[in-house]
Amino acid sequence: MKKHIFLLLLTIIPVLSLAAEEGVHLDKANIDPDNQQSLQRGARLFVNYCLSCHSAGLMRYERMGKDLGIDEKLVSENLMFTGGRVGDLMIVATNPEDTKEWFGTVPPDLSVIARARGVDWLYTYLRSFYLDPSRVTGVNNLVFPDVGMPDVLWELQGWQKPIITTVKDPDGTERKVINLELATPGLLSPQEFDRAVRDLVNFLDYMAEPGKHDRQTLGVKVILFLLVFLVVAYLMKKEFWKDVH
Amino acid sequence: MAEKWKTGLLGWIDARFPLSSMWNDHLAEYYAPKNFNFWYYFGSLALMVLVMQIITGIWLTMNYKPDATLAFNSVEYIMRDVNWGWLIRYMHSTGASFFFITVYLHMLRGLLYGSYKKPRELIWIFGMIIYVCLMAEAFMGYLLPWGQMSYWGAQVIISLFGAIPGIGDALALWIRGDYVVSDVTLNRFFAFHVIAVPIVLLALVVMHILALHEVGSNNPDGVEIKKVKGPDGHPLDGIPFHPYYTVKDIVGVIVFLIFFCIVVFFMPEMGGYFLEHNNFVPADPLKTPTHIAPLWYFTPFYAILRAVPDKFLGVVAMGAAIVLLFFLPWLDRSPVKSIRYRGLSYKVALAVFIISFLVLGYLGGEPATPVLTNFARVFSILYFGFFGVLLILPMFEKTKQVPDRVTSK
Repeated sequence: MKKHIFLLLLTIIPVLSLAAEEGVHLDKANIDPDNQQSLQRGARLFVNYCLSCHSAGLMRYERMGKDLGIDEKLVSENLMFTGGRVGDLMIVATNPEDTKEWFGTVPPDLSVIARARGVDWLYTYLRSFYLDPSRVTGVNNLVFPDVGMPDVLWELQGWQKPIITTVKDPDGTERKVINLELATPGLLSPQEFDRAVRDLVNFLDYMAEPGKHDRQTLGVKVILFLLVFLVVAYLMKKEFWKDVH
Repeated sequence: MAEKWKTGLLGWIDARFPLSSMWNDHLAEYYAPKNFNFWYYFGSLALMVLVMQIITGIWLTMNYKPDATLAFNSVEYIMRDVNWGWLIRYMHSTGASFFFITVYLHMLRGLLYGSYKKPRELIWIFGMIIYVCLMAEAFMGYLLPWGQMSYWGAQVIISLFGAIPGIGDALALWIRGDYVVSDVTLNRFFAFHVIAVPIVLLALVVMHILALHEVGSNNPDGVEIKKVKGPDGHPLDGIPFHPYYTVKDIVGVIVFLIFFCIVVFFMPEMGGYFLEHNNFVPADPLKTPTHIAPLWYFTPFYAILRAVPDKFLGVVAMGAAIVLLFFLPWLDRSPVKSIRYRGLSYKVALAVFIISFLVLGYLGGEPATPVLTNFARVFSILYFGFFGVLLILPMFEKTKQVPDRVTSK
């Protein structure tokens, strides 16, 4: 029984959290945090497409360059569009007042967005924009209905149009299902675009916790040490307890 | 041996401060039953977690800013720019949850072996006050990262005080110091979290241990080892806490740390249960999250609160769920302490109580749908039923003969 309670607390809990999510089906992002090239491509997409409106105000360019294996000079020449020093935080040049007027809301800071939303949500969201003339931006989103953000990746993906079908559930209730179909191709093929978004999400995930890799590497060492220590401590306990009858 | 040291530095100190006698009373000559099992690790583990929380807390305070405009970013600053800040922060956030895991298992031990019964009622009461302080400490600490869940969790819990008739609204206002949770609330919670509550906790822990060492430890057989003493005046079934239990507890500490480190290094969010996803969004007083759930260690009581249709009565039920535990030493009237020698009826009642607590814990973290609310009602009744059953149990419980001596090593 004692083991069961401990296992209950330690293992069942994370499973339950998955059950709490509802709504749209999310595609698996399948990011590879160890793939530095993917992270570098993601960083370039991020500074080109996101950073003009969204800040990453908790992240420093310098740290990004160091972790992603990008030379400091390359960082300041190719990834910094706002000038400033390489030790600066990744803030935006646009005025929050202006963006509020343009999009109806201040674009959120993206530093820890991957930890708030999860990588699968981001991966699906960025690929789920579709044409909707009733919206001011001309697009809507399956994952985040009536989102204020325009489809900034349209030139890469092209435009998707909604195909609305009605399906009947086994219990007889009717549901509207929106499927997306590529109406106008973009610069990238669908496979290339999925890879690009995966790179971008990989970068967002890195940025949400830049120390994650160090944490896991250190963790292995700490636990190995504890296991050795456990053997020593157990032998010591056994030796002391020999005279207890 | 001790005589030899009466001279020299220790002798000098002992003439002025009871160092040797304190060492002997509480460690070297504190006789603990020799048959402690798995369940007896959690007391020393809870003490270790308390020390760890205090030390990591001090280091976090060096870089944390208790200011509504700076708090969220200062936590991420600790995670990114402070050397080893991420480790200290994760140890602290994981430590909070592990504190409750150890304390819950420690309390369950008390229920299994009747450790709260005469003459240990005060140990149990001090322990219960520690538990309540711990809840206050955890609740106020969770506001400090100033994320959405910090903010709205605090908003919901403080508003519960508002349900008290007459003084409710004034009381909630007094606690917040503002009409909504704000910078003022953050500052006062910070003061309570880093100074006021820890001082009270430390004092209570000292009282808890002093009371324990006054009457001596219970054990899995529920036998009073002081009743059978050898010619040297020490209990025959007792062994000195140091070195026997210190070396044994070190083994427990390492096993605990292995589990702890797995979480700290590989799953610090614990799937959203130790660090909630929504808490990575800065607090926004204008945006209410669709689903506000307290952290897992509060969810059993939150489920009871929501199970009662009336808000004020819900608060009363939630309070009663905790207050009733204080009275366990008098509600449980069986003369037999350990579950080993108690009747099947107590075993069943305790099993139902534990299952109810776990199920309520699950339900309290889920959205309150009508079906789940009905489940919460059933399990709330079972939870409270345990205390009622305890009262009538002596009428039909068939207990076994308790041995004079402890049964195993």
